[in-house]
Amino acid sequence: MLHSLRQLLRHRALVQSLVARELKARYRGSTLGLLWSFINPLLLLSIYTFVFTTVMPGARSAGIEPFSLFLFCGLLPWTWFSSSLLESSNSLIAGGNLIRKVLFPAEVLPIVSVFAGLVHFCLGLPILAAFFIYYRVPVPLTDLAWFPLIVLEQLLLTLGFALMVSALTVHFRDLRDLLANVLTLAFFLTPIIYPLSQAPAWARPFLNLNPFTTLAVSYQEVLAIPGPFLGWPRLLIFAVVSVAVFVAGYFVFDRLRDTLAEEV
Amino acid sequence: MNAIEVRDVRKTYRRYGRRTTFGTLKSAILTGRVARDLKADEAFEALKGVSFDVPSGKTLGIVGRNGSGKSTMLKLIAGIGRPTAGDVKVQGRVSALIELGAGFHPEISGRDNVFINGMMLGLSKREVASRFDEIVAFAELEEFIDEPVKTYSSGMYMRLGFSVAINVDPDVLLVDEVLAVGDEAFTHKCLDKFADFRRRGRTVLLVTHSLDMVTRFCDEALWLDHGLVRAQGDPRRVVDAYLLDVAAAENRALARNPAVSVASTTEQPEDMMKAVEGRWGSREAEIAAVEFVRSDGVAAHVFESGEALAIRMRVRAHHPLTDFVFGVALFSAEGVCCYGTNTDIEGAEPLEFTGDAEVGFVIDSLCLVAGTYTVDVAVHRRNGVPYDYHRSLYTIRVTSRVNETGIVRPPHRWTFSSGIRISGL
Repeated sequence: MLHSLRQLLRHRALVQSLVARELKARYRGSTLGLLWSFINPLLLLSIYTFVFTTVMPGARSAGIEPFSLFLFCGLLPWTWFSSSLLESSNSLIAGGNLIRKVLFPAEVLPIVSVFAGLVHFCLGLPILAAFFIYYRVPVPLTDLAWFPLIVLEQLLLTLGFALMVSALTVHFRDLRDLLANVLTLAFFLTPIIYPLSQAPAWARPFLNLNPFTTLAVSYQEVLAIPGPFLGWPRLLIFAVVSVAVFVAGYFVFDRLRDTLAEEV
Repeated sequence: MNAIEVRDVRKTYRRYGRRTTFGTLKSAILTGRVARDLKADEAFEALKGVSFDVPSGKTLGIVGRNGSGKSTMLKLIAGIGRPTAGDVKVQGRVSALIELGAGFHPEISGRDNVFINGMMLGLSKREVASRFDEIVAFAELEEFIDEPVKTYSSGMYMRLGFSVAINVDPDVLLVDEVLAVGDEAFTHKCLDKFADFRRRGRTVLLVTHSLDMVTRFCDEALWLDHGLVRAQGDPRRVVDAYLLDVAAAENRALARNPAVSVASTTEQPEDMMKAVEGRWGSREAEIAAVEFVRSDGVAAHVFESGEALAIRMRVRAHHPLTDFVFGVALFSAEGVCCYGTNTDIEGAEPLEFTGDAEVGFVIDSLCLVAGTYTVDVAVHRRNGVPYDYHRSLYTIRVTSRVNETGIVRPPHRWTFSSGIRISGL
């Protein structure tokens, strides 16, 4: 496995080029091009904001103002997480020709999906910044210092899941459909459209079991919720979890590696 | 030093007979057999213990019939997939021309695809950049390199793929039946590139059905048959052994005597020329069996052009006959009658035919070019009414070392006056 990881490092330029290709190819032929990277999250955000502030304003708890800002802090990383997983689950099958005919580390494919998601995430950050400026919400620099760590942990967590899902999907094709539903469920079981504090006390331990909860809460606390970031011990512990998920994902992928060329 | 060492390599492909199409997780869980489904229930041995070495700087050609394990062997050497047992060792950088342009993305430009493809094949970005002009020039795509690959013709696509793969400049080049890209000129360029490779002491492994290429380009040949090495060594010798085996297999395939199985009628078809295949006649006299015999007396169905061929018919008259003609005709695969004759045309006067007898039609030198021919044999009255007519029931194959065109090969020789020096004829 260490050998495979070293191999992978040698291919980082390839990953970089493939991510660039992914982004280029996606918007080739569309009129708005890269603008879609901005429009997509904005549209999603306006839909949720409309539902929770205009259609049923009673459904959201008081104290989190402005709501759209809070929502955005959770929605943006979630979009990265879920779209990366959905895409990587399909990546090996779509790239089947490569795996069967060219000697090249197959894990590059799901990894590219995750990094392409990261680029979209980063393109969403200026919009988030614009929101903060618009609402005149100050973000203390001491809190902001935690931000890269959260992103890094999410990256490892997503990579781990993506590797696992992509390799398993080759063997069980319906994992793709299952995954779409699991992700929808997970979205509502993660404090994104509601704060964790609003969930009933009995439900909170279950929500905390959800690996994405820690990330979402950290994003919100660091960015949207005023006051110092109190969740940092939890975030540090979660670093162990994200590394473990990554290692587990890579391990599963490595074990299934030899079967991929024949099964895909 | 050996560039490639293959030691007792086995490769078993698993087959999942129980699963109909793709395994689904749902069905696996529902029937509680996740573990069982992940286990194969049938194995197919593509390679059954293959060992060989390729010395550095040599060109090895692998021949063998379809399904003999050639491509599997190549993939294992390329590192795509691992042997089930045994060892494959390769010294230096490998580039495999297995599928050209695999991994090209249709939406992005040829330029970007060259970079990504080159990096997939193991070059660094800088290396691709330094070879970029050469790659594009070799593929003859200077004008189109910034167009998206989806606008390329399949020839352009393959040329670009070939060009990238060959310019990776590997120590070991694996080629799988990919020279059929582009026009004549491009094929020549590819062959020149291979020759250049050999001059610079690189190792080439060539899998091909073009035996001509093996004898012309390879230092050594390897013949794989059903996952085992049948022969290795001098290309001429291996190719000849392989051709003999192919001929023997064809002999076996053509040997089944079809006259027995074809439904026969006493009715003659209305238009003889339109009849495709069959047997008809009154059966007062019968052709019981037909054999094709080589000069050494052995029955065969594959003959070398120029060799002797005897058609031996066992015939039987059910009552004594005084009106009978024996005939033979050869047709090419396109249905063109190459030669037809009978005893009546040649002026013979039938006197008596009783009981069991044998008729031989001996061609001392088979003057036909390589190809598949069908044979008609018949016994009939002088006025044409058939006793027993066998239409296209027998097939023979004629092989030749030279690929002339046409149907007939008249015995010939070339002469040259002084002033022309030529060798090999």
